[in-house]
Order: sequence, then C-alpha cells, then structure tokens
Amino acid sequence: MNPFSSGTRLRDMIRAIRACKTAAEERAVVRKECAAIRAAISENDQDYRHRNLAKLMFIHMLGYPTHFGQMECLKLIASAGFPEKRIGYLGLMLLLDERQEVLMLVTNSLKQDLNHSNQYIVGLALCALGNICSAEMARDLAPEVERLLQTRDPNIRKKAALCSIRIIRKVPDLAENFMGPAASLLKEKHHGVLIAGVQLCTDLCKASTDALEYLRKNCTEGLVRILRDVSNSPYAPEYDIAGITDPFLHIRALRLMRMLGQGDADSSEYMNDILAQVATKTESNKNAGNAILYECVETIMGIEATSGLRVLAINILGRFLSNRDNNIRYVALNMLMKAVTVDFQAVQRHRTTILECVKDSDASIRKRALELVFLLVNDNNVKSLTKELIDYLEVSDQDFKGDLTAKICSIVEKFSQEKLWYIDQMFKVLSLAGNYVKDDVWHALIVMISNAPDLQGYSVRSLYKAFQTSNEQESLVRVTVWCIGEYGEMLVNNVGVLEMEEPMTVTESDAVDVVEVALKRHSSDIKTRAMSLVALLKISSRFPPTSERIREIVMQHKENVELELQQRSIEFNSIIQRHQNIKSSLVERMPVLDESTYIGKRVGSSQATLPADKSSRPTSGSPGASLKLPNGVAKPPPAPLVDLLDLSSDDVPAPTSSATDFLHDLLGGDLMSPSSSGGAGTDILMDLLSIGSPSAPTDVSIRNTISSNQGNAGEPKTAPASVMDLLDGLPSNSSLPGDKNPIYPSITAFESSTLKVTFSFTKQPGKPQNTMIQATFTNLSSNTYTDFIFQAAVPKFIQLRLDPASSSTLPASGNGTITQMLSVTNSQHGQKALAMRLRIVYKVNDQDKMEQGQINNFPPGL
Amino acid sequence: MIHFVILISRQGKVRLTKWYSPYSQKERTKVIRELSGLILTRAPKLCNFVEWKGYKVVYRRYASLYFCMGIDADDNELEILEIIHHFVEILDRYFGSVCELDLIFNFHKAYYILDEILIAGELQESSKKTVARLIAAQDSLVETAQEQANSISNMIAQATK
Repeated sequence: MNPFSSGTRLRDMIRAIRACKTAAEERAVVRKECAAIRAAISENDQDYRHRNLAKLMFIHMLGYPTHFGQMECLKLIASAGFPEKRIGYLGLMLLLDERQEVLMLVTNSLKQDLNHSNQYIVGLALCALGNICSAEMARDLAPEVERLLQTRDPNIRKKAALCSIRIIRKVPDLAENFMGPAASLLKEKHHGVLIAGVQLCTDLCKASTDALEYLRKNCTEGLVRILRDVSNSPYAPEYDIAGITDPFLHIRALRLMRMLGQGDADSSEYMNDILAQVATKTESNKNAGNAILYECVETIMGIEATSGLRVLAINILGRFLSNRDNNIRYVALNMLMKAVTVDFQAVQRHRTTILECVKDSDASIRKRALELVFLLVNDNNVKSLTKELIDYLEVSDQDFKGDLTAKICSIVEKFSQEKLWYIDQMFKVLSLAGNYVKDDVWHALIVMISNAPDLQGYSVRSLYKAFQTSNEQESLVRVTVWCIGEYGEMLVNNVGVLEMEEPMTVTESDAVDVVEVALKRHSSDIKTRAMSLVALLKISSRFPPTSERIREIVMQHKENVELELQQRSIEFNSIIQRHQNIKSSLVERMPVLDESTYIGKRVGSSQATLPADKSSRPTSGSPGASLKLPNGVAKPPPAPLVDLLDLSSDDVPAPTSSATDFLHDLLGGDLMSPSSSGGAGTDILMDLLSIGSPSAPTDVSIRNTISSNQGNAGEPKTAPASVMDLLDGLPSNSSLPGDKNPIYPSITAFESSTLKVTFSFTKQPGKPQNTMIQATFTNLSSNTYTDFIFQAAVPKFIQLRLDPASSSTLPASGNGTITQMLSVTNSQHGQKALAMRLRIVYKVNDQDKMEQGQINNFPPGL
Repeated sequence: MIHFVILISRQGKVRLTKWYSPYSQKERTKVIRELSGLILTRAPKLCNFVEWKGYKVVYRRYASLYFCMGIDADDNELEILEIIHHFVEILDRYFGSVCELDLIFNFHKAYYILDEILIAGELQESSKKTVARLIAAQDSLVETAQEQANSISNMIAQATK
C-alpha cells in the first residue's frame, strides 16, 4: 500500500474527531487529516479519492477551510463510475457555490452527463445544476434541460422541471422557451412530475407576464381538474398524509391558482367552486389540513372571489385565531393583515382576540398582533385601543417595549382628535417608557404644546407631577424641563386650571428644584443638561427672586469637561449678572412653532398604510424645536430661523436649485433686480425658482445668509418682519434713485461672437414696477439660425412674461432680427434692481447650439 | 422558495447544511451562528416560526436535532413544517429509527436523500415510497460498482503477486 495514502476510513476519522475533548485536539486531528488528503491530491491518488472527498466534506461541515479539495470534485465528476460521480457532485454542491469561477469548469462534464445513458447519472447532473448553477451555465445548458423535460422517465422529467425553475430564476429571458413544455407537464399523472410542473408554472408566471397570459389561457381548466381529482381521490397509501391525499399537491395547485386568478375575473369565477369545496371539505385537526386551508384562504383573498367565498375565508381565519396551537394563531394573524384590505369590518370583529395576542408570551405572535392592531385602528376605537396598549406597555418585556412605544406614539399622533387627549397619552407613554421614545416624537409633542395655549398650564402641571414619580425616563425629563422653563409661571400661579385637575401648589423654588435635579442627576446626558441650563436661564427671568440661586447652580458647571455645558454656564452667568436689561427680552416666550411647517418637514413614516382616510402626517425627520441648537447662547427664538429655512426652500418641486438647474425652471419666472453689491447678486441668481409665489421680502435676505437651499415642499410662510431685521446682515441694497425717470437707455444684454441681444425699455407712467422690454436678437455669424428660442430666468421677487417672438428663424450676418417683448414686474422696485439670466437655443446646419449668459447691466431704477 | 436547510444539535453543532441561494463561506457561518442563537434559546411551547432578516425560519425539534429551513416571507409556513416532517420520515425509513449518530456517520447518505426531496429550494417528490425506491436503486448501483472494483483489484493483485 502506498505509505502516503490516508489510511483511515471515513468512519474512523469521524470517530477520532468526536473523541476529541478540546478544540485544540480537534484542530490537530483535522490538520493531520488535511495534510494527508493534500498529499494524496498532489499525488493524484485514484483509489481513495472519493473517500478523501467524503472526509473533506465532513471537515468542511465542521467549519474548516477546504478549498484545496475543489479540483478533486471536478476530477471525480469526470470519472466514469457512478459512485465517483455521485460523491463528486455532492462535493461540488457542498464545497462550491455559484459565485466561484471554478464552477465554470464543470459545465462540460455536466453537458456530457446530461446526455448519459444511465438515468441516475442524468439525475445527478440535473440535481447539481438545479442547486448551484450560475447564470452562464444556465444559459449554456438550458437546451439540454428543455429536451430532458420530455424524456420517458418521470424521475428525470421532474428533476428537469425543477432545474428549469432555477434556470428561469437566473435567466428570466429564457422563460418563453419553457412555456409550452411547462403547460404540457400539467397533464401528467405522476404526482412528482405534477408537483414539479405546477411549481414550474408558478415560477414562469412570476418571471414573465407573457407566460402568465399564456398559462392563464391554456391551463386554468387543467389546474382546476388537477385539484378536483386530488381532492376527491380515494385513499392512496403512497401519498397519504394525515388522511389527506398529497397535501403538497393541493397546496401547490392552490398557489398557482392564485397567480392565475389574480386580477382576472373570468379565471377567478372558474375557480370558485373548487375553492369552496376545498375550504369546506378539508379537515383541520392536523397540520396538513391546516396548511391546505391556509393556502386556500390566501388564494381566496388573492383572486377576485365572490363575497360568499370571502366570508368563508374570514370564518376560517376566525377559527384559526381562536385555535390553541401557536402556529395556527401566528398564521392567522399573518393572513388577517392581508384580509384587512379586503374586508375591514370582518377583521374588526376579532379585535379583542387580536389584542389578547399582543400580550401573548410568544414573541413572534406579539409582533404580528401589534402590526395587525396598528392596521385596525380607526377613529372609533382609537381611545380604547390606546388605553389597552398603554396598560400593556407597563408590563411588557424590555425588547418589546421599543416596538410597542413606537407604535403607540404613531397611533396617537395620527388619530388624535383633541389635543388634551393627545397630550395625556403622550405623558403616560413618556412616564412609562420615555427611554424608548424617539426624539422626533417628543419634539412633535412640544410643537403641539406650544400650539395649545389653553393646555399649557395643564401640561406643565402634569409634567411636574409625573416628574416626581418617574424621573428616570430621559425624554420625560427633557420635556418637563423645557415646559417648566417656558411656562414656569403657569405652574406656580396655577394658570389655566382645567376642571379635572386636583389643586396643587408649587412654589418657585420647587420649580427650580425640579430643574436642578434634572441637571445634577448622574444619568442625565449632555442634551438634558444643556436643556436644563437654558430652562434655568428662562426661569431666572420669569421668577426674579430665584436669580441668585439659579446663578449659583449655573456657575457650578463653569468648569465642566463638556464644552457645551461650560460655554452655556459661563454665558448664562454673565447674562444673569450683568445684562439684566436684555435678559427678559432674550428669554421671552417662544412664538408658536408652526405645526404644518414642522410636519411638512418630517420625512414619510415607516408604518404600514392605514385603511382609514387620515391625511397622513409623515413622521420623523429634523426637529422644529429650537432646543437643539449647538450654539449655547440663548439667542432670541431660533424657531423662526427654522421657518425661514423653509422659506428658502420653496414649494416648488424643483430639484435643489443650484445654479445648473435653474435654467430648467424658466417660463413665468420672476425678474429680479440684484442688490447691486456684487457678491449677493450671484447668490440670488443661483437660487431662482420660477413658480414660487413671491413671498415676503425676507426671501432674499435669508437666501444670502443661509446658502443651503433644500428645495423640499415646505409651505411658504410670512415670517415676522422683525426677524428679518435681526438677520438682515445683508450688504445694503443700493437705494435706487428716483424712479420716475422714464428714460432708460437700451443696453446690450448679451454679446458673443455669434449673437447679439439688445434690450430696450419702456415704463408705463404710474406703474413703476412694470417694465416692458423689447429684446432684439441679431445674428452675427454667417449661418442662418433656425428654431430660435429665447429663455430667461429671474429671481423670485420678479415676475416675467414672455410674449411670442416675431419669428424663429434668424437670418445670417445681421440681415434681419427677431424681436420679442418681455414684461417684468419687480415687486421690490426701489429696493432691488433687475437681474436676469438668459439662455438661447437654436439650430445651425442641423446642429443644436446653446448660449447662455447673465445680464448685470440693467439701468438702475427699473 | 427554501433558501437553506440547516440541521443543528442541541449544543449548536452543525450536522447538515444545504444552501439554495448564493451565500459565501463567511455569510454561511454568520447565518448559522445567528440562527443557532435565535432558535436554540426558544422555549418549547412557542410557535415554530421566527422572523429573521426578512426571511422566515421554520424549525422543528426532533429529539436532539433542530431541523431549520429558511423561506421567503410569503411562503406557506405550515407546508414547510410538513416538508420537514416528510424528510424526517424518509430518513427514519431509510436508517430504521434514525438517531443523530446515524446522521453524523452517514452524512453523505443524508445529503443524497435530501437531494431526492428538494431541488432548487422546491419540493421534488411527495411520495416516500418513490424516494426510498430511488435511493435504494442508486445504492445498489454503488454496491455493484464497488464489488466489481474489488474483484478486479483482487485479480490484479493476484496477477501481480
């Protein structure tokens, strides 16, 4: 015997490995075996090749690297004998996957084996192909597989059918080739082939709509017949499972029916009877029967079924829902989610059971039930549902709390009709699970509170009470601190007490205590502490007697390691000490945060769509509250800054209008006079959005100071003029000279080597904002221009109207001109001068040309 | 479709894996590790389905082995339970009261059987008898080939002695 061959048999090696007590021992044994195998491979050992491969496969299953054995698989596959091929193909499927290039080398062997005379070898090849072929291999070998779909041997036929499924998945274009053979497979009698054939048809329908049409036309009858036969067939021991003949065939046929009947009334009608029969006849005491019923219900929901059939389906689901078996209940919840779209009322009837499922001990069921509950919420039941969910929130598991909290918050937001109820629920959620509440949720809450002046007193008092009991919930602390800062005097003076409130007296120092606690807790993070500092500043202004105490508290953070807190502490201290006079105006009550703007900025939610017609308020996204400003100084309410950011992003669905894009937004654009100081000019022109209604003059100033221009669909808001003054760090617009001067010189708006454009102006007396411009285009080249189109773009506060041009052909060398009238209205006449960008497109010698430029030399006073 | 079949023991050792979707080696180990953690820690009375990364994994415990199959989200879970049972019954018939040791020492035969039941992640044959017949036929082919090889090598060995 060859001294280098691996003498151990497979069994012995396995035994040896299992006998190892430690991982190190096991590694040693494996290393020894691998070395022996490698030696054998390099020697090209024939005799023990397939034993070596078996060993290699076992080692692979243990998790060790085995790529040196890949070529062995190929050699075994190429051998002539059946045992070698068998183990070779197995090794191939185990050790390689479709993404490796080595796989391509097998293609030739596969091709030969597919044509082998031994049916079992053909079967091996089909199996390997069906499990791991790549797209190229699929393309190469598809014709062989097609041919094999029609052999005599049912074993080969069924394998070929399944192999075709893989081919179609990898190369959907080949679907058409398999349509005909697949349809004929449905006429088989052999169950194995039938199952494979039905599955092939299902995948064909998924892959190509042509196939779907073809099969729908030709195979619906056959399919119904198959199902009928197998449903009515007598006891067949070979296929019987739990008293039902071949449930697998039932299920596959039902699934194909669903694909064929979807959206097609005729086929659906044809299927009604057999579906009703299966739904009523199938026994549901064993898993097999339930599996069939499940598939049947799915199919009924999927096709255009009659209402009677739908009622049947919902009843089955109801039965499933009250089954004690967890699997069945899980499946029922799953199905009910789809049934909600079909028959909302029927699902509502099961609401209580579903609520029970939310509290189930099984995590999978809980998750499904919660999603289903979310779909079922409507205006009528939202209050009771929310109450139940919040009660459950108290006792639920930690890992479930996050999901549950998120869902409760979105339900409350979407369906709240009264602010009081919304605020109440949110306070409860914050007290119970504040740590799981996401930031945008409590931001929304703050926006809501600021919009409800009559409830602010109530809010701050409730929060004060809640804080006493549950101050470990971070979000609760933050909201409390903010509210006390804003509405502290309502707390102390019992402003706006609602009827159901109990009387409560809170002194000023109590209020300060709360914020101090929040500030000093170990578990508070930086954001909370920062907010607390701001709140303290506000309180010191609202309750002057507490100023000194507050100053001391604030000073304690003077040397805090966090830069943010240190900065705030020092600045606030200085404000309290030295700037008493401006302190009160600094920390005035915040203006109402505009809900619609805020909500408009939040990105779409991730929840399932609701059947109720609620104008969906998208959730999540950037905060509207001012609290998160990183700059520590308590500037005057920055909220309008946020609103102004909205302004600069106007309601035009245009893409972020950077310079390159604005030219697309022509026609009806506004003419604008740039502030003649140069720098601002380009910025303004950069941000042209044509269709925006000319908003308040703040637009331009904002645009200059905030160059980021988001372009999302916020609503324009008339910002208070005072804020503009604050932020108007603009280079002052040149005050324009008296505008009654009717004579404006013509200008050369644009001149290049091939084109010249001149503008001449007229103004109507008494309408200083309107200007009529006559544009004259002259062709300076020696070619005639055709399809001449002039376009102009103007900034927002100018309106532009273009009249049709005199012609669209411009003769060469100035032999003729095109004239066009423009009329502009400058809504900032007197403050800003005109500015315009123009673009001209034309054809010369059948080539498209484009020229563009900017006009900066408008006469002042336009 | 079924994306993968994994058999794990109670201690987390892998006894059989079959992948019908492309997974690289690293991804495979990751999947196995995560699923082991997820499934082995589940209490017995809970339902047999877990949702994991957009797939559903259907599992069932037979003695000391967990049979897990990963499927698409819209597949019929109850049917997969039946397929698992189908597989186990065929194994049982083949090995005669199969136990985990059988599957350890004869893993290649377990793979052969799996290949007669599933191809491309879909069910191939619903009749246990047919599967058993096919496996038996192939086994006998192997045996005859081995006998032939033995007799030839015997002849050669004798001839060259």
